[in-house]
Amino acid sequence: MADLSIDFCGIKSPNPFWLASAPPSNSAYQVQKAFSEGWGGAVWKTVGAPVLNVCNRYGTIDYKGSKIIGLNNVELISDRPLDVNLREMKETKRNFPKHAVIASIMVESKKEAWQEIVKRVEDTGADGFELNFGCPHGMSERGMGSAMGQVPEYTCMVTEWVMEATKLPVIVKLTPNVTDIVQPARAAIRGKASALSLINTINSIMGVDLDTFAIKPDVGGKGGHGGYAGQAVKPIALHLLSAVASDIEVQKAKVPISGIGGIETWQDAAEFILLGSTSVQVCTAVMKWGFRIVDDMIEGLSNWMDSKGFRTIDDFVGKSLPRISSFGDFDLGFQSVARIDHDKCIHCNLCYIACNDAAHQCIDMKSMKWNGDTTEKLYPVVREEDCVGCDLCSRVCPVDDCISMVEINTGRPHITWNELVKQKPEILEWDKMEEYRKTANIHIH
Amino acid sequence: MAEHYKPQKYKAWELTLEERFQEYYPPLSEREATVEANRCLFCFDAPCMVACPTHIDIPTFIRKISTGNVKGSAKTILESNLLGATCSRVCPVEELCEGACVLKAEHKPIMIGRLQRYAMDYASENNLKFFEKGKSNGKKVAVIGAGPAGLSCAGELAKLGFAVTCFEKKPMAGGLDTYGIVVFREPVQVSLSEVKLVEDLGVSVKTNMEIGKDIILDNLVNEYDAVFVSVGLGNVPDMKIPGENLPGVLDGLDFIEETKVKKLNEIKFGDRISIIGAGNTGIDCATIARRLGAKRVTMVYRRSEAEMPAYHFEYQFALGEGVSFMFLTQPIEIIGDKKVEGLKCIRMDLGEPDASGRRMPIAVPDSEFILPCDMVIKAIGQNKPNEMIAALSKYGVETRKGYIAVDDETKRTKHAKIFAGGDCIRSHGEASTVMAVQDGKIAAAAIHKQLLGTASPNEKHLEPVLTAPVK
Ligand SMILES: Cc1cc2nc3c(=O)[nH]c(=O)nc-3n(C[C@H](O)[C@H](O)[C@H](O)COP(=O)(O)OP(=O)(O)OC[C@H]3O[C@@H](n4cnc5c(N)ncnc54)[C@H](O)[C@@H]3O)c2cc1C
Ligand SMILES: Cc1cc2nc3c(=O)[nH]c(=O)nc-3n(C[C@H](O)[C@H](O)[C@H](O)COP(=O)(O)O)c2cc1C
Ligand code: SF4
Repeated sequence: MADLSIDFCGIKSPNPFWLASAPPSNSAYQVQKAFSEGWGGAVWKTVGAPVLNVCNRYGTIDYKGSKIIGLNNVELISDRPLDVNLREMKETKRNFPKHAVIASIMVESKKEAWQEIVKRVEDTGADGFELNFGCPHGMSERGMGSAMGQVPEYTCMVTEWVMEATKLPVIVKLTPNVTDIVQPARAAIRGKASALSLINTINSIMGVDLDTFAIKPDVGGKGGHGGYAGQAVKPIALHLLSAVASDIEVQKAKVPISGIGGIETWQDAAEFILLGSTSVQVCTAVMKWGFRIVDDMIEGLSNWMDSKGFRTIDDFVGKSLPRISSFGDFDLGFQSVARIDHDKCIHCNLCYIACNDAAHQCIDMKSMKWNGDTTEKLYPVVREEDCVGCDLCSRVCPVDDCISMVEINTGRPHITWNELVKQKPEILEWDKMEEYRKTANIHIH
Repeated sequence: MAEHYKPQKYKAWELTLEERFQEYYPPLSEREATVEANRCLFCFDAPCMVACPTHIDIPTFIRKISTGNVKGSAKTILESNLLGATCSRVCPVEELCEGACVLKAEHKPIMIGRLQRYAMDYASENNLKFFEKGKSNGKKVAVIGAGPAGLSCAGELAKLGFAVTCFEKKPMAGGLDTYGIVVFREPVQVSLSEVKLVEDLGVSVKTNMEIGKDIILDNLVNEYDAVFVSVGLGNVPDMKIPGENLPGVLDGLDFIEETKVKKLNEIKFGDRISIIGAGNTGIDCATIARRLGAKRVTMVYRRSEAEMPAYHFEYQFALGEGVSFMFLTQPIEIIGDKKVEGLKCIRMDLGEPDASGRRMPIAVPDSEFILPCDMVIKAIGQNKPNEMIAALSKYGVETRKGYIAVDDETKRTKHAKIFAGGDCIRSHGEASTVMAVQDGKIAAAAIHKQLLGTASPNEKHLEPVLTAPVK
């Protein structure tokens, strides 16, 4: 059996599954219940400055009958009094000494304020801090949350204040609402952060009610941007994670990363870990189904690790990162074409219409008798010589493994764009490009 | 409905009589409909659309349900089939659209019938109207018989600007949809609202008018520019066995009709009922007899389960309703003094295949027995419309296997002015409402072309929309 325990810059946790700082980690009752159901750690719902919440805090995207593909919120940090939160954190840590209890904190941009809260949290016995530089609504308007995370200098400065005041590990939680997430990540490192976590929620407006014209969510007739989370943000989170995790400065600093954003299953978690996370945090999925999902997450991850021969989480943290590359370094000679398995074809013709209307018009409808057909039927057939290998048809096909992209070799040179422009800068002109294509056996349809 | 027309845990004794005759399937809720619609793959050149005899653009109407455009969905359905509400309830979808659904093989096919009903119910609840009477083109058409074939033809013609009069011998229009489809599958109201839809298009529906009795055919042929004959079929034929005229022997169609037009508690039925024949009508009679409260209902059929004309899902349904089956059994006499007391039968074996390809039943010597019963319901098919055929023969109209012969492409008979459709021409293939609707559409387009010389703008709905070129 795989060992799921982790050591996250000194924070020990029986497994990598943590509650993200959010409603599920709002109170001692919840966090202790989560721990007893299997969660390895919890980042306490952010504590700090006094706030007041509004009603109708959530908006969701439902897709084809599935509820909550994405969740947006305009909730603020904890609205419970600070001393209540601190008392409960202490009680929780006392009852669950082996679990990770991390305090998420956010106060106004004053050194004394940050250092004071750090001291008060330390007294609870919590294992570390997470600095919430990410909340994109409500707090940011007051100069906190993402207002700090969006300015690298502030990120660095506040991190330094906190590091000065504590010996405990400090995680800086990054906001995705920036052009280049690597900049605030580097700033946190300059400020001596012990670890990074990402992503917080993404600025979003969920929609407009077509009967009332109200904004969703509708807070008494008004609406505004809120933070987007849940499955829908996972690809964005994975990208930002990989950008941070493969950054040279971040790698030099050897800080662990806690991955967040759209994690619902053990598969999601494994992907985050492969791209550089050591722990993963979950909010929306718990809001949707409750703490009980962790049972499958633990078991599924452990089974998968066994099947892959990984004994510890560290065995595969960042294992896929070396494969993150960029367009200029892709192999222009790698070629594939679509091949349809007519035994599996159900005749929905979705590949035909996709290729015809939105790709390269190289699927024909042919009337033929295939394996065991008693009468002629219409089958989509790929004209392989015209297929550019874009992969659209296999994406739209509703049948598993019916359309596969098969690698072929027509003798195209294996060269990357960056190498090519270095060798033949003249191809940046169209006529030269055409000449090159002829010699390289690249046909455009 | 077929796919979903499977036996359910049905406890008649827990339901009131009225409840037992409610529509078998409750309507889909908005959420159920949306979830189901979203399961649809939105196939391109979809096989379901080819399989539907009226070629409704099924992926399009389902997609419109999924986006909440239920009004548009209803329009898409009605453009191809004015009787979409009836069809959504009575079509043997397992054999048609749902049978062709690409999800059938590995998953459950989309509930096309029930989604169609959802859109149709929406249109009727919101009183939506999609079509108007066309600008008058000065031509007059007579339609004989206001069943699905007649109503479809009349409605399509009215949309095109024809002045249409529809003659119907019964007090209510709708044909078998009104009088013959069991009420827990289609309430009378649904059929009558389709009649209303056609009337709203300007069609004059004259009920209690039998052509051949109240008016003679010649008048119509003389006065109108075209005549569409859609008289359906007749009563259940005689079995030509002794005792057939005893009180307690019923025509299956009359029995069903009672449940459609009478108060349920006023219908007389027996305690032990024998049903002769195992086709759709037989099954319908058997199941309503059970739902009325008959204690023992036995279907007597001379061949075996495999040759039975009823659909398999109907058989399953009847079994679930507590109907018993006696296969390889031929009735030879109805026994009784003043009324039915029993059905004398003989056991059969199956021999060589006959002309229809089915194995011939052969009597087992000395195997006669009497099945005690107090009611016998005949459900052995319907008579051909012989009187109408006789009247038509004067105009050179020919027959095919006893049915009116027409050209498949136009539904025109040998006489240039006379067209026909529906059950009265169904010399091959399954007689069904949806086929009758398509006949009406085809005839309307052909009449338009013949009388006005131009293609009907509705012609595009005659064929499935298949757009991919085939290599
Ligand atoms: C018991 C039963 C159950 C059925 N169940 C189904 C089912 O579940 N699904 C399905 O698709 N199909 C079913 N069918 C078949 C379906 O009802 C018919 O195929 C369909 O009704 C044919 O339509 P039509 O317009 O040709 O004839 P009909 O519906 O029979 O209509 C003919 C009309 O013409 C009128 N008429 C006849 N003669 C004259 C005259 N001389 N003058 C004026 N009017 C006249 C009749 O009164 C009638 O209203 C069933 C049939 C029966 C008998
Ligand atoms: C209702 C709600 C409240 C949140 N509150 C906080 C918070 O107080 N502090 C914080 O750092 N992040 C907060 N978050 C962000 C989450 O911790 C997390 O970063 C984000 O939801 C993405 O993860 P997910 O896709 O698993 O939900 C909140 C998210 C939600 C949905
Ligand atoms: S891979 Fe792209 S171009 Fe090739 S057949 Fe599929 S859709 Fe068409």
